[in-house]
Amino acid sequence: MFIVKYIKDVFGAIKSLLVGMKRTGYYFTHHKEIITQEYPDNKATLQLPERFKGEVVMPHDEKNEHRCTGCTACELACPNGTIKVVTKFDITPEGKKKKAIDKLVYHLELCTMCNLCIVACPSDAIVMAQTFEHSVFDRSQLTKVLNNPGSKIMDGVE
Amino acid sequence: MWSLSGISNIIHNWLNQQFSPLWALIFEMVIAGVCVIGLFAALGLVLVLMERKVSAWMQIRLGPNRVGPKGILQSLADTLKLLVKEGMTPGGADKFLFNLAPLVAMIVAMLLMAPIAFAKDFQLWDLNIGVLYISAVSSISVISILMAGWASNNKYSLMGAMRSGAQIVSYELSAGLAILSVVVLTGSLNLNEIILSQADGWWIFKGHIPMLIAFVIFIIAVTAETNRAPFDLAEAESELTAGFHTEYSGMKFALFFLAEYVNVFIVCAIGATLFLGGWMPFHIGHWESFNHVMDYIPSSIWFFGKTFFLIFVIMWFRWTFPRLRIDQLLNLEWKYLLPISMFNILLVTLMAILGWHF
Repeated sequence: MFIVKYIKDVFGAIKSLLVGMKRTGYYFTHHKEIITQEYPDNKATLQLPERFKGEVVMPHDEKNEHRCTGCTACELACPNGTIKVVTKFDITPEGKKKKAIDKLVYHLELCTMCNLCIVACPSDAIVMAQTFEHSVFDRSQLTKVLNNPGSKIMDGVE
Repeated sequence: MWSLSGISNIIHNWLNQQFSPLWALIFEMVIAGVCVIGLFAALGLVLVLMERKVSAWMQIRLGPNRVGPKGILQSLADTLKLLVKEGMTPGGADKFLFNLAPLVAMIVAMLLMAPIAFAKDFQLWDLNIGVLYISAVSSISVISILMAGWASNNKYSLMGAMRSGAQIVSYELSAGLAILSVVVLTGSLNLNEIILSQADGWWIFKGHIPMLIAFVIFIIAVTAETNRAPFDLAEAESELTAGFHTEYSGMKFALFFLAEYVNVFIVCAIGATLFLGGWMPFHIGHWESFNHVMDYIPSSIWFFGKTFFLIFVIMWFRWTFPRLRIDQLLNLEWKYLLPISMFNILLVTLMAILGWHF
């Protein structure tokens, strides 16, 4: 019946509005929920969320070894050509030629932090770092080589 | 005693001793005008800061906290910035109406201050048709908005002004009916008598559920009348840049901004007067000692406490509810609020005739 639906509408609307007001009232009275970071003041103790995406980096272990096989999956996944994989061929102890990376060039100025390269990487060689102070005076400084000089691929990563 | 009415009596007597009655009256008018302007300035500063803090805390932010201790000087700094800005008039605008519109908005707000009782026996003008005066004068505020929108010679401004016209004209109906339910119960249009009739309990408690409904409708309607979110169709930042005050800058913009907050204060003061007993202290039945303790709190604190509570509620609305589209806005008024308030006023009239209130 029309009138029943009408009254139900009114009460449903009031209920949903009160639910919203309860939530904002909770936030109003509970200041510990505040998520604002007073950034330059708390630089020393700044805690970023785990999922924060600052820039792409390639972690190296203490033997200066990375996990990148040079498969170019990240380069293919990147929507705006941020990553360029320069490959070379290493000679393995058995005398075979093996593909490896020479340089993994990363253009921070083009990157939108979309995370697609990290998802595409089959060997988890690249990750998102939590750094965000990327300002430089010359944009050529934003073009970075991710693998350390003289680094090589970790044993057992194919 | 140091009550507001005591101070005003001392000033009145002193002026009448020193000068002739005519000059005393003129001086009193000047003093009242200065007090109202001072109250406006103070309200602008306090309410802007309050709004920013309330909105910040509701959105899990910190809010202004840099200027002065805990950010309390933030609105003062904003005012200073607006004062030194250039008040531009666009080339194609109707210069006279364009510059007149913010003043009309302020004058309407000033006129509405006249019948409000700020404390016991402390009122600028105790006129016998206070409620009628308020509902009549508050409708003029739509003229300032229409004037601003039309004189700006800007499509956004004009659309904002037209929306504001549709909105205020329709919401005035349910606000008026909600006010009328108090008038029906009191039998008087005099704001002072309405307050005195609530000595044994505020209307929101004495009037059972119908008065509660009237109160809720009143709050919704005045939120719409003051053009605040979720009914900020006249400004509509997301569609019309700033609606009717798109072209305004500097102090002219500040006047509109101030008028908005003063209007919020006024409608909350009226709501507090009609439904929450104005400056009447909170009394519970026959708890004599409790009532005496409540009587010790000055009446001006009661009035401002209730008013600021209602202002907080309206701010709470603003920072919680999503905005309405223009058709939803008019639907809400014509399909829901107006029929409900019409039915409600019938109930209230029945209550008043049969004497079912306390």
